[in-house]
Amino acid sequence: MERSFEQYFRQNRLPHLWCPGCGNGIATKAIVQAIESKGLERDKTVIVSGIGCSSRASGYMDFDTLHTAHGRAIPFATGIKLANPELNVIVITGDGDCTAIGGNHFIHGCRRNVDLTVVLFNNNIYGMTGGQASPMTPTGKKATTAPYGAVDPVFDACRLAEAAGATYVARSTAYHVQHLTSMIADGLDNKGFSFIEAMVQCPTAYGRKNKMSDPVQLMMWMRDNAVMKAAWDKLPEDKKQGDRFPIGLLYQEAGVDYATAYDHVIDLAGGAAK
Amino acid sequence: MSKARLMQGNEACAEGALAAGVRFFGGYPITPSTEIAEGMAKMLPKVGGKFVQMEDEIASMGVVLGASLAGKKALTASSGPGISLKQELIGYAAAAEIPVVIVNVQRVGPSTGQPTAPSQGDVMQARWGTHGDHPMIALSPWSVREAFDTAVMAVNYSERFRTPVILLMDEIVGHLREKVELPEADEIEIYPRRQPGCTPAEGYRPYAPAEDLVPNIADFGNGYHIHVTGLIHDETGFPVGSPKVTREAIDRLHTKIEIARDEITHVEEYCMEDAEYAVVAFGGTARTAYEAVLAARQKGIKVGMVRLITIWPFADQAISDLAARVKGILVTELNYGQIVNEVERAAAGQCPVELCAKYDMTIFEPEEILEAVESLVAGGNK
Repeated sequence: MERSFEQYFRQNRLPHLWCPGCGNGIATKAIVQAIESKGLERDKTVIVSGIGCSSRASGYMDFDTLHTAHGRAIPFATGIKLANPELNVIVITGDGDCTAIGGNHFIHGCRRNVDLTVVLFNNNIYGMTGGQASPMTPTGKKATTAPYGAVDPVFDACRLAEAAGATYVARSTAYHVQHLTSMIADGLDNKGFSFIEAMVQCPTAYGRKNKMSDPVQLMMWMRDNAVMKAAWDKLPEDKKQGDRFPIGLLYQEAGVDYATAYDHVIDLAGGAAK
Repeated sequence: MSKARLMQGNEACAEGALAAGVRFFGGYPITPSTEIAEGMAKMLPKVGGKFVQMEDEIASMGVVLGASLAGKKALTASSGPGISLKQELIGYAAAAEIPVVIVNVQRVGPSTGQPTAPSQGDVMQARWGTHGDHPMIALSPWSVREAFDTAVMAVNYSERFRTPVILLMDEIVGHLREKVELPEADEIEIYPRRQPGCTPAEGYRPYAPAEDLVPNIADFGNGYHIHVTGLIHDETGFPVGSPKVTREAIDRLHTKIEIARDEITHVEEYCMEDAEYAVVAFGGTARTAYEAVLAARQKGIKVGMVRLITIWPFADQAISDLAARVKGILVTELNYGQIVNEVERAAAGQCPVELCAKYDMTIFEPEEILEAVESLVAGGNK
């Protein structure tokens, strides 16, 4: 069996701290396989993460890696990319990190179309702190801070990214692992803000509270409810209800990335030769 | 041809940062600091640098830390309310040892306060604003030319010690316009970005301290595959949940500044040769205090002034020595009383320490300070 992805991990930092059955490992592997498939130069690739279960991934990956503060991965990544545009900058974030405490940075990262590839590990919960409701905990589902079920409507991070100006938006799941890898790989190709929502199972904090403590059960839910975009678009509205959600490339458009746009500013100011 | 220019303190600060090698600025508009951002927006692309206006103060701090890690000297500027928002990542910079300069052009607080009247109310915020035990370097200029010089110094210290440095300006100096002559590029000493001493194959550890206790951390993109985190980490850069590592990490953060304390604690004396009393002042307030000292001299009072350029680390030795040779110290500051506590601590009872405080949106009049000097000399409070 081909295990070339192992070279991208810091073997001396493993095993990881994620719970048995967690989907974060699958999503992390999908990222390094996407990197491998696109042949990104490892010395010129930086992994940036926020805080939370998702964001511990950076420490296991053998690149220059940056574990920032809660919600702040995108501003740090923006600084890295603008300071040295030849670097490939990949952000790993979570549903709480990206859409709650980092929500404003997410919106404006999309708007600026900075050439970043942002992978959101959506486990529907704050896992690291023990299972509190996030903006992506489905309404009605339980969490330690939503003992009677979450009251808040959920964020659809993909629609948010599209509306805010991201030029590549895709979704996949830990069940559809090859599809997830190709969605991330295509995101790496896009010269602009690429956003990939990777749905991952959290049996410990989310599943246990919601009668789905078996990781297989959670992955079967992904299998049964994910609908490929092309098929989704043909569904009548009444079939798009309930737990069903689209996966695949959801949105793409051409746009000038921020560093390229700023090069024009440098030209105008006469600083190009410096 | 004279190279003299009429320039504002904020403009001189931007020019100084640029001269010291800053090539990246991230910021958010806030009076009275905005001219620094405006100056950087105009000047940076001319030298191939980059300016980005971020969505908020937190992002402004994050973006400059990212740029610094990728090898660019980086600056951000704000005022009290914005500096409050930046605190989380100022602490991150201290812990992860990322060079960065944060300018605070102080205005009246607390909260939104009195926009945007002058104040020096962020002295303690500069020292203790972020959570946890961390060292801090803060410098405070009193003139337009010194805004340039301290900006250069701040950038150099941030690089040398790999630590955040706060340039603690005030609205008085930030918006002051003076005729200045700035130094030529070849007259300015620049501390270059520290570079790794060995390769990964030779056992490179990014957070292993050099002789001066400061680590030579590689910039991103050079093949070192380093890990940077705000968690307490060992010399490899990876988090370790051990009491010994935690204690040693926090010790080293402090000690790397402490061993250079004498060198980086800048104090200037005026009319102190025969002085029996001293006024301690800093920033824009020192300008008025100096006027008051000259007026007191006219009246035959043997008073001088000691001006703190470095606010943090505090000039313990200079103030202790001062307290041993004068009959009394008057501290003048544009706040309810902050640095006076440090002066009292350093003076350690060797002489009386009085406070002349003002916190009503207005700057000191020389007469107010003169009166306080006379009161100190008379040996009692008003």
